[in-house]
Amino acid sequence: MHFVVCLKQVPDTSEVRIDPHTNTLMREGVPSIINPYDAHGLEEAIRLKDKVGGKVTIVSMGPPQAKEALKKAMSFGADRAILLSDRAFGGSDSLATAYIISTALKKIHETEPVDLVFAGKEAIDGDTAQTGPGIAQRLGFPQLTYAIRIRELTDTSVTVERKTESGRQIVQAQLPALITVEKELNDIRYATLPHMMKAAAYEPEIWTVNALSFDLTQMGLKGSPTSVSRIFAPPGRSGGEIIDGLNDPAGTAASVVQKLFQQNVIMVNPLMKGGKR
Amino acid sequence: MTVAVDKTKCIGCGACVMECSLEAIDLVDGLATPDPNKCKDLGSCVKVCPTNALSLTIPQDSKGELSSEIGSKFNLKEPLPESVSDYAQGNEKKTIRSQVTPIAGGEVWSGVWVIIEYNNGRVAPVSWELLGEGRKLADSLGSELCGVITGYQVDNVIPEAFAYGAEKLYVIDHEVLKDYRTEPYAEAITSLVRKYQPEIILMGATSMGRDVFPAVATKMQTGLTADCTVLGIDPETKLLQQTRPAFGGNIMATILCRTRRPQMATVRPRVMEMPERAVGREGELIREEFTLTESDIRTKVLEFIPADAKSTFLDKAEIIVSVGLGIAAKRNLVLAEELAEVLGATLAGTRGAVEAGWLSHDQQVGQSGVTVRPKVYIAIGISGAIQHLVGMETSDFIIAINNDPEAPILKVANYGIVGDLFQIVPAMTAEFKKRLQHGVAN
Amino acid sequence: MENFDVIIVGGGPAGLSAAISAANGGMKTLVIERGDYPGTKNVMGGILYTKATDMVVSEFWKEAPLERPIIEQRIAMLSGDESILAGYRDPDWAKEPYNAHSILRVKFDRWLAQQAEKAGVMIITETLVEDLLYQNGNVVGVRTGRAEGDLGAKVVIIAEGVNNFLAVKTGLAKPLKPASVAVTVKEVIALPKEKIEDRFCLDEGQGATIELYGDSTAGMMGVGFIYTNKDSISIGVGAILASVIREQWTPNDLLENLKSKPYVKRLLQGGETKEYLAHLIPEGGYTQVPRLHRQGVMVVGDTAMLMNSLNREGSNLAMISGKIAGEVAAQAIKAGDVSDQAMAVYEARLRDSFVLKDLYHYRHMGQFFENNPHLLKIYPKMFSKAAKMYLTADGTPKKQRQKEIMQMLFNQRSKGGIIKDIYGAWRALL
Repeated sequence: MHFVVCLKQVPDTSEVRIDPHTNTLMREGVPSIINPYDAHGLEEAIRLKDKVGGKVTIVSMGPPQAKEALKKAMSFGADRAILLSDRAFGGSDSLATAYIISTALKKIHETEPVDLVFAGKEAIDGDTAQTGPGIAQRLGFPQLTYAIRIRELTDTSVTVERKTESGRQIVQAQLPALITVEKELNDIRYATLPHMMKAAAYEPEIWTVNALSFDLTQMGLKGSPTSVSRIFAPPGRSGGEIIDGLNDPAGTAASVVQKLFQQNVIMVNPLMKGGKR
Repeated sequence: MTVAVDKTKCIGCGACVMECSLEAIDLVDGLATPDPNKCKDLGSCVKVCPTNALSLTIPQDSKGELSSEIGSKFNLKEPLPESVSDYAQGNEKKTIRSQVTPIAGGEVWSGVWVIIEYNNGRVAPVSWELLGEGRKLADSLGSELCGVITGYQVDNVIPEAFAYGAEKLYVIDHEVLKDYRTEPYAEAITSLVRKYQPEIILMGATSMGRDVFPAVATKMQTGLTADCTVLGIDPETKLLQQTRPAFGGNIMATILCRTRRPQMATVRPRVMEMPERAVGREGELIREEFTLTESDIRTKVLEFIPADAKSTFLDKAEIIVSVGLGIAAKRNLVLAEELAEVLGATLAGTRGAVEAGWLSHDQQVGQSGVTVRPKVYIAIGISGAIQHLVGMETSDFIIAINNDPEAPILKVANYGIVGDLFQIVPAMTAEFKKRLQHGVAN
Repeated sequence: MENFDVIIVGGGPAGLSAAISAANGGMKTLVIERGDYPGTKNVMGGILYTKATDMVVSEFWKEAPLERPIIEQRIAMLSGDESILAGYRDPDWAKEPYNAHSILRVKFDRWLAQQAEKAGVMIITETLVEDLLYQNGNVVGVRTGRAEGDLGAKVVIIAEGVNNFLAVKTGLAKPLKPASVAVTVKEVIALPKEKIEDRFCLDEGQGATIELYGDSTAGMMGVGFIYTNKDSISIGVGAILASVIREQWTPNDLLENLKSKPYVKRLLQGGETKEYLAHLIPEGGYTQVPRLHRQGVMVVGDTAMLMNSLNREGSNLAMISGKIAGEVAAQAIKAGDVSDQAMAVYEARLRDSFVLKDLYHYRHMGQFFENNPHLLKIYPKMFSKAAKMYLTADGTPKKQRQKEIMQMLFNQRSKGGIIKDIYGAWRALL
């Protein structure tokens, strides 16, 4: 089977901050990492390959530096990595990005038919969760988002457990399909040394805008309907009320509980999950 | 002469590229890069730069005088630079604007739509919240507020949608839509959008909204902004201002969809106010046929396993009772369990509590665990290390109980109770129990 | 099992310098770094000396990510809220050939790693070397913590940093002692360029350093430092671990103590902490330098305790030692002799260079301060008091004032004591 993993290099958002005085993004020294959700998608692809045989191809889009993420991804045991990198791709929003990646996947699909595409449920820098479904839509593949478990993979179908607010949905889709994954799906492996060495020596393929017959109007800023007009620091959480509960614990507890009801923080009917229906 | 770029400030948003009428600036490797041969120092890019990364290169001697003018903050309250440059510089932007062509039929693109999420016999409350927010948007645009219900056997939802403020309802009721699946739902919504051409469509940023909307946006070839927390209408351009957190909540970004329609956004639940429910309110009902059949669809729902408070996913939980090392021993976990039981809450904890073996790894809140955003977060014996705070500080309401008045958790808590958790927590549990059992709120 | 000529354990400045020189000598070279990428685990004050770096990558300043060339070095002695200052400024240091630059390690080390890769070095990260491989008593490679993790090598260069786990396992070094390492904590505090330049009286783009003694370390043997970066300030404090333990300080409290000093506070005002780092610095000096080689193995950089704490030089010693080791490895492999004797050329060349000469020169220093813990406690106070008495204009005739000052000094410490201290310091430092 041919598994394709969509993967993005992202800044480690736990280290990104905005300067509240100047409203600028402080990204100095912020390390780049493989988007963690994508890493789980890659892990799953490799596991399935180990089980049923086949090939894992990684596809990413980004600046030339994103090669580093691809090299690292290769150490999981993938077979091929392609980086879509061109200044014409720059400034693409999720619609345009999905166009570019899906065009590349179509090209791959022509020579080596794709059975299953994996992507993270979202990228931690944008949190949009739109590129994966966008790719599926453009490829005409069924999409299975928020997967927490692959229950079964046959030659013609895949069955996954999806995470939703109200429970787990078990869905079966015909292949080829695209799955976006949650962290619960698996634990990421510790690569073997030979794979590490192979990855360190591996040079990802770079596909530029000339590699494929792209429609230039569908990419970059021109192909992106959305644009950022302003960024700013989120309002800091202001401290609330500090309540002294040392002297009269029971009385304090009672009065806090009363206030919670008065402010509708807790509803009288606990069965009203989500409340206010 | 050209524009200077401060690479440390440039975030590669592309606002300058959009703005430049001469196509003299582009993004290279995610950084704004001007072309000195084309740049005529118009300075329009400098004004739109959200991070003040751009400046005009000025002859050395006049440096001091001009600096107050350049790099002034782009403020949405002021007229949008696009309209300014449209007016001042003519054609370039108009060409792009003219791309706002309807996909089918006339030049309508009006009305605010809310997709009402109805699944497993239950309407996601965020749908009603959005009818409230949609009302405000429709009023500022002077357009109508419509609801969309797609599903199977949805008749009981119709009066509710009117009660929460929809003027008009588009309904597709079909057996194929019984269980939520991307394909038929995306097709149903898209068919309505194509036919009736709304200007704005909104849906809750739930697992369903965030699954179906990207598919719809792709079909419509339009922009979509995910997980918005603030919506507004720009008074000048009438564009939908979609504000959302990005970079893990470290920044907020306001996003516009200037060139395509409809403007689409998913909105975070419990952010918008729940509107008044006026029972008996009526409106126009439009039913549409649905042509897709089961054989057209390549996915099948085999089973649905509903979650209760105990098995719900932490990042989907509404109420969380969370413990830290302050509870001192595993046997004291029972205090939190009892409170969680009474509230129908989900149990969680800090990394310390997990490493102590009191909880399992999937119950860990924080940087190396799960990021949660419940309605209520009750922190028991948690001091509030930064790694924990980043995983829970966007909770709607935080109650912390800690004996250390200096504990950082108290700084993010709505109610920070300083005291002995071994006395306070059981007292709270008892009090909650009393009120919830007797239905007495006050 | 894949085979290399040279395997270097650790991707810091010492290891990367060794790798570059080995690769330039035609060796098939591998660097194994345990962090996410070269530089992740690295902490230092943040001063890079030009000369040593130039020897590894010539004219590096043209492209390396540097912060500011240092044109002024100040020394401050703090006593309570008071301070005595001295400094040297040389505008020539602002241009080639510079003396030193402030750097941020994350950026610099990644750049250096790229230079190594350009030279043909292979780098693998997130991999821990657990032991060396032996055959008939000879070192033939390394064992990593990964599955199928053995690799062959003719020469292994240990550049694992101050935590000398592997060097100890190999029998070359002894485990670290709290008396021979300093614990250093550092914060990077963001400030606008203009503010930095104003506060430190610098022209655009230039940098300054301040070393702070006395109460900066609460009188413990150690030093506080402030370096200017492009749009941030690095501030840190280091003190011998043994004394920090003895005097019951936490490293963070030490830093907060330094930041609260009036002289320091003003420099940092309005800044926001971007990064907090803590690390150990080898301070053992010459007497603690381990065995530097054995058959097929050399030890470089911090692992070799190559650190001149008085002149606050470490990265340059590390890079020079690495460079020499890389060259020696290449020569030895080409000659087909990686015996202990062949490796000894490395030590001989180090002894010949400033690296071991400087260390030898200051060999008594650690012991001197260790034996005289009063020095950094009493003298800053005495000098401060003397300066205050001398400089406060209160109508006392200066001659009488000077007499009073001398009396004050001898009240604090006996004449004999002062003479002994001066003699001791002269022996240890000059």
